[in-house]
Amino acid sequence: MTIDEKQKEIIDEFSLFDDWMDKYNYLIELSRDLPEMDPKKKTEENLIEGCQSKVWLDAQMDGDKLVFMADSDAIITKGIIALLIRVLSGQKPGEIKNADLYFIDQIGLKENLSPTRSNGLLSMVNKIKAYAMAYELKQNE
Amino acid sequence: MTQVTAYDVNAIRRDFPILQEQVYDKPLVYLDNAATTQKPRAVIDRVSGIYSKKNSNIHRGVHYLSTSLTDEYEQARREVQQFIHARHSHEIIFTTGTTHSINAVAYSFGEKYVREGDEVIITEMEHHANIVPWQVLCERKKARLKILPFDDRGVLLVDELEKMISSQTRIIAVNHISNSLGTINDVEKIIRIAHRHDVPVLVDGAQSIQHQTIDVRQMDCDFYVFSGHKVYGPNGAGVLYGKEKWLEEMPPYQTGGEMIQKVTFEGTTYNELPFKFEAGTPNYVGAIGTAEALRYLNRIGIEAIAGHEEQLMQYASERLKAIDGLQIYGSSDEKISVFSFLIDGIHHYDTGMVLDKMGIAVRTGHHCTEPLMSHFNIDGTVRASLAMYNTKDEIDRLHDALLKVKQMFG
Repeated sequence: MTIDEKQKEIIDEFSLFDDWMDKYNYLIELSRDLPEMDPKKKTEENLIEGCQSKVWLDAQMDGDKLVFMADSDAIITKGIIALLIRVLSGQKPGEIKNADLYFIDQIGLKENLSPTRSNGLLSMVNKIKAYAMAYELKQNE
Repeated sequence: MTQVTAYDVNAIRRDFPILQEQVYDKPLVYLDNAATTQKPRAVIDRVSGIYSKKNSNIHRGVHYLSTSLTDEYEQARREVQQFIHARHSHEIIFTTGTTHSINAVAYSFGEKYVREGDEVIITEMEHHANIVPWQVLCERKKARLKILPFDDRGVLLVDELEKMISSQTRIIAVNHISNSLGTINDVEKIIRIAHRHDVPVLVDGAQSIQHQTIDVRQMDCDFYVFSGHKVYGPNGAGVLYGKEKWLEEMPPYQTGGEMIQKVTFEGTTYNELPFKFEAGTPNYVGAIGTAEALRYLNRIGIEAIAGHEEQLMQYASERLKAIDGLQIYGSSDEKISVFSFLIDGIHHYDTGMVLDKMGIAVRTGHHCTEPLMSHFNIDGTVRASLAMYNTKDEIDRLHDALLKVKQMFG
């Protein structure tokens, strides 16, 4: 599936929820299903320190695809990470670099990616894009 | 004969327009008062009245608006003086807030009195605003910053202070009430010990001015600082109280207009107190608004407010302790109605996010006190901080919402 198709799929899923409680419960569920990050990858280097919650992010190339593993100490943050990973992990660096992540706004979680939230998520997206740019350059070498 | 009137919290709530607001279609429960307090109608009207009818730059004009607003500004200074029981009105310097006031003292006092090898003492439970300015001063002067620790209840080990003070100690800076724990520190004792060694003390009153009677002469502090917005006044105004003898000797930390007596290109002589420390156009609207907030508190009575908040604290303490797995940080016998807590295994951010959706405003994170959090080996808490207008019903709503949080994340 493309990044676009995955975003549409998530928007469809969230359209079933009537209120914030259902959404949050779903995020909690997603956080539990997120594949566990190798503790050895939870290094200082991979840590994105938010004021409110911590996020760890690791990136590896698998063929021509970029694969992300991530984790957070806060569950809601981790649930949103699961969504971001679902959309962006396993895609080509060029696609990731140019991705417009409109789904976050559409499912009503935009506030979680605001710079003032300082939960590490916006920095995570920026770091994902930076990885994508770096790996794309490397591929073109 | 004293007239006894019951504390009518509902009448008080009606004085605060924002408390009638709804968030996410639920009545707002505002429990983030240690961050900022809401404003009574009297303050909003006073501020708005200045802009609609009275605005003019103060201290400069010959015209009607300027002179009458200058009078109001200087009246505000006298009202602050009376509120904190200072000896002179020129000991009251208007600033932009607590952070500004502390920076002013750290810079100005530091310039005059702190030399290489000297020492500054602060405590382990300070807000970053009462850490970083001293750290920077110590770096600039090659001085040493010493830290007075606290115990696991969140009580300062004041008896250690005697041993920490040396002939090199130049100043001690301590918070009156901890913004993260709610502990009321024994600043009188700290000041007594410090003064035996001729060391002055700065008291950070950001969290005490709104909760108890402040008498700087009785306390005998050398400096007392606070922000207007935490005492139901407007944002962007604050106070630096300093004993006359210090303020006279300290050099200005900012220069410009208003603070001068005479300027030539060869040199400048400074104005007298308090103007020496008020360079440029001051936030006169904020200062006058702050005085209006103090008037409001005087009408209700600060002791009546303290009594109400004490009752709330007892009630909230019982309700929160009844929640299985909830741990409160800060259990001093002397504390105000600030509750820092965590529920077992649940991240403070998750708790705060869910409370928010239920219309309850709390703060989460380290509350600008990272060293304090390190003491407890945690990186943050949920903080519910109560004020004069909070009610037992609101505490019940917090309690029930926390049970919901447990159910969701447990």
